Amino acid sequence: MTQDSLVRRITDYASRADPYPVYRELRRTPVLHEEEGGPYVISSYWDIEALLHDPRISSDAANLAAAGDDPLAGPEETGGLPPSFLRLDPPEHDRLRRIANSGFGPPHRPHRIDDMRGELREIVTALIDGFGDARRIDLVDQFAYPFPVTVICRLLGVPREDEPRFRAWVDPLVANLDPGLRQGGDEEFERTAREARMQLGMYLAGLVEERAKEPRDDLLSDLVNSRGPDGAMTMMEVLSTAVLLLIAGHETTVNLITNGMLTLLRHPEILERLRHEPELAPRLVEELLRYEPPVQLVPQRTCIADIEVRGVTIPKGSRIWLVLAAGNRDPERFADPDRFDPDREDVQHLGFGSGIHICFGAPLARLETQIALTELARRLENPRLVQDPPPYRENAVLRGPRHLEIDFDGLRP
Amino acid sequence: MPVDGVERLRREGRIVIVGASLAGLRAAETLRAEGFTGELTLIGDEPYEPYDRPPLSKAVLLGKAGPHRTELPRRRELDATWRLGVAATGLDLRAKRVRLADGDEVQYDRLLIATGVRARPWPKEPEARLDGVFLLRTRDDAAGLYGRLKAGPRRVFVIGAGFAGCEVASACRERGVPVTVAERAGAPLVGALGGVIGSVAADLMREHGVDLRTRVTVTALEGDPAGRVRAVHLSDESVVEADVVVVSLGSQRNTDWLAGSGLGAGPRGIACDAGCRAFDFRGIVTDDVFVAGDVARSPHALFEYQFLSLEHWGNAVAQAETAAHNMICGATDRRPHLWMPAFWSSQFGVNIKSVGVPPMGEELMITQGSTAERRFVGVYGHKGRVVAAVSFDNTRWLEFYQRQIERGAPFPVEHPTLDRRPGDRRPVPADFPDPSLPTHAAMVTLSGYSPADTRLVFHPARH
Repeated sequence: MTQDSLVRRITDYASRADPYPVYRELRRTPVLHEEEGGPYVISSYWDIEALLHDPRISSDAANLAAAGDDPLAGPEETGGLPPSFLRLDPPEHDRLRRIANSGFGPPHRPHRIDDMRGELREIVTALIDGFGDARRIDLVDQFAYPFPVTVICRLLGVPREDEPRFRAWVDPLVANLDPGLRQGGDEEFERTAREARMQLGMYLAGLVEERAKEPRDDLLSDLVNSRGPDGAMTMMEVLSTAVLLLIAGHETTVNLITNGMLTLLRHPEILERLRHEPELAPRLVEELLRYEPPVQLVPQRTCIADIEVRGVTIPKGSRIWLVLAAGNRDPERFADPDRFDPDREDVQHLGFGSGIHICFGAPLARLETQIALTELARRLENPRLVQDPPPYRENAVLRGPRHLEIDFDGLRP
Repeated sequence: MPVDGVERLRREGRIVIVGASLAGLRAAETLRAEGFTGELTLIGDEPYEPYDRPPLSKAVLLGKAGPHRTELPRRRELDATWRLGVAATGLDLRAKRVRLADGDEVQYDRLLIATGVRARPWPKEPEARLDGVFLLRTRDDAAGLYGRLKAGPRRVFVIGAGFAGCEVASACRERGVPVTVAERAGAPLVGALGGVIGSVAADLMREHGVDLRTRVTVTALEGDPAGRVRAVHLSDESVVEADVVVVSLGSQRNTDWLAGSGLGAGPRGIACDAGCRAFDFRGIVTDDVFVAGDVARSPHALFEYQFLSLEHWGNAVAQAETAAHNMICGATDRRPHLWMPAFWSSQFGVNIKSVGVPPMGEELMITQGSTAERRFVGVYGHKGRVVAAVSFDNTRWLEFYQRQIERGAPFPVEHPTLDRRPGDRRPVPADFPDPSLPTHAAMVTLSGYSPADTRLVFHPARH
């Protein structure tokens, strides 16, 4: 890769606060392939959309021609567990996802998410009350981080008294996802993460066994007791699914909420509108998913045949990056794409992906973010950004601020 | 019409829409959205404001939606005159007038015909009048049938295993009601999807406890002295006792009121060009009469310019929008109706969806999943290209196949796909019935002729 390689510039930390100029350049070469063995980078909306529905595209790393040196390859996060459905193709993907879904949404559990509305609001209220008399907070550490972990605990069925222990394991695991924090082969860091993963695994395994014996009204019970035509998940499958929901559902939600508040603070007139017009929240969150998607790109796809995109042949086994965040700002698809406009009528974004791997937790993420932003807008008096841009995490895929300090004049009741 | 003529039409013209269902409503909304400020009249033979029909054979029969609560959501204010509960009975093309059943006449500058279809009735009238014999097209039909299902009949008998018949049978089983389905062809859904997929549907039905009888026809409905249906007689001489009979023999196009009007209207619908302008019976296109929805049949460039009639929800919406646009614009601003045929059905817990025109396909191959597991994608081929695809519980892949159809991708499908099973490398005959025999439930009718002159149809060579 040359010094001004676009792929390099995507992963370069200097692009983190504002990657959109790089994406704009990227779209000039909608199928970018800079060097032998490097990824094919797809950045236009329609091409991404097409590939997300293309049955010649695989999510299974076994179909890559060569492991290669992928700058975005994450750490081995499965810790001895079988791959989760995120990294599987049909029919295995479909089977596991169907069982997972039977505990999560329609037709078997149509109300599970909506029934959590009151609980979500309580958690949010408690977190905001917890700001106390402070006039400056770090939204990430004090709000956006603890919120989704608590929610996933309630969803899975982790008893409340265990929540602090649970969080103590999850924190180092999630931190380990961020390459910036892992750099320099910090053995202590790795060891802590490994330890936490093991403890968490053992804890969940114990919980799963309890739920297998005595089912309750929670997701773990449903996963392990599913009586549908697909049967139930094995213990290992339940564990890898639970870890997937935890890891994939956590960082993304933190970033969605943090990016959301950052965007609102940069658009004070819209923040003010949300305060008086909470019914704006659903549309606002959809536009946010377009404008600042928490998953910037999908780096783990490959093709099982030579495929042609815009006249370029992508050879079988190539690594393909689908840059969702670039597609979301494609002027061929969205008029005035760099404007944040919650009144946009046509906002069919790629923020949750599309096709069979479309974000499993989307309904929950939507509800969490709607409630979080509405309550923050309503309760914080005169909130202001302390630093713009705020400091970002290293991670180019799950992109978001590391801290988001906000000054405000007080809390409304 | 010169531009100032179009301008005057848009400002103060009179537009009449006959048919106040999905297509009529969406056309009216599009007219207003595109700036039509003149007089707008909607005429409908049912007494109700436009309502949605797909739930009538699904959620309504399960009691999950009230039969009288499926109103279509309104996109905007219409400011229209509604003539509901009164049918149109005639059309005078020269005088530009629509005659109504109550003797009234309505004058128009532009007319849109969206009269749709009705359920084909049981041909023997005295039998059709027996208590317990139902059609299923309108919300009143659905309300009546729902009332009987709720009361727990001993057995429901469904005549015809097209989509509607299968959905009724599915609702019965979900309610725990015994049900028998009789089908003239060898399997359900053959008119729409062919015999190979039909046999998958047959297995699915039987597995859910449906008493499915194929290659039989119903010869008579037997009533008791009180005039209630009590048994169904079949061509194989068997007799099935049933207290509810649902006649599901497909549909008839509502064109009778146009007899003698001079329009190219008949049992197969009203022929129109791709811009939705109706043909007169001589094959000359009219300038002021437009057609949309189930009653229209128009040439489709992607499918060899065959005249397609599509009883599809999405087609009704798209065609109505195109027709409305073309009604109030200048000649060079007209758009063609180039909708990709697509429909869905949900029955026995399976989501069935198709894109393209399956009955055009001579051959079929399963490219993903497996018919034995009832989760698959099947692709239909015609003259070496992909013309349609159907999915059972695999909807999310269909966008890909839609693009393959649009681009005339080659058939058989040689490239590997995810979840391709070893046994499915070669195409098999799709096994559609002979089109010259009556099929009650084809969702697409291929007539293959322009009403003007077949020699005028342009078939570009493929390279």
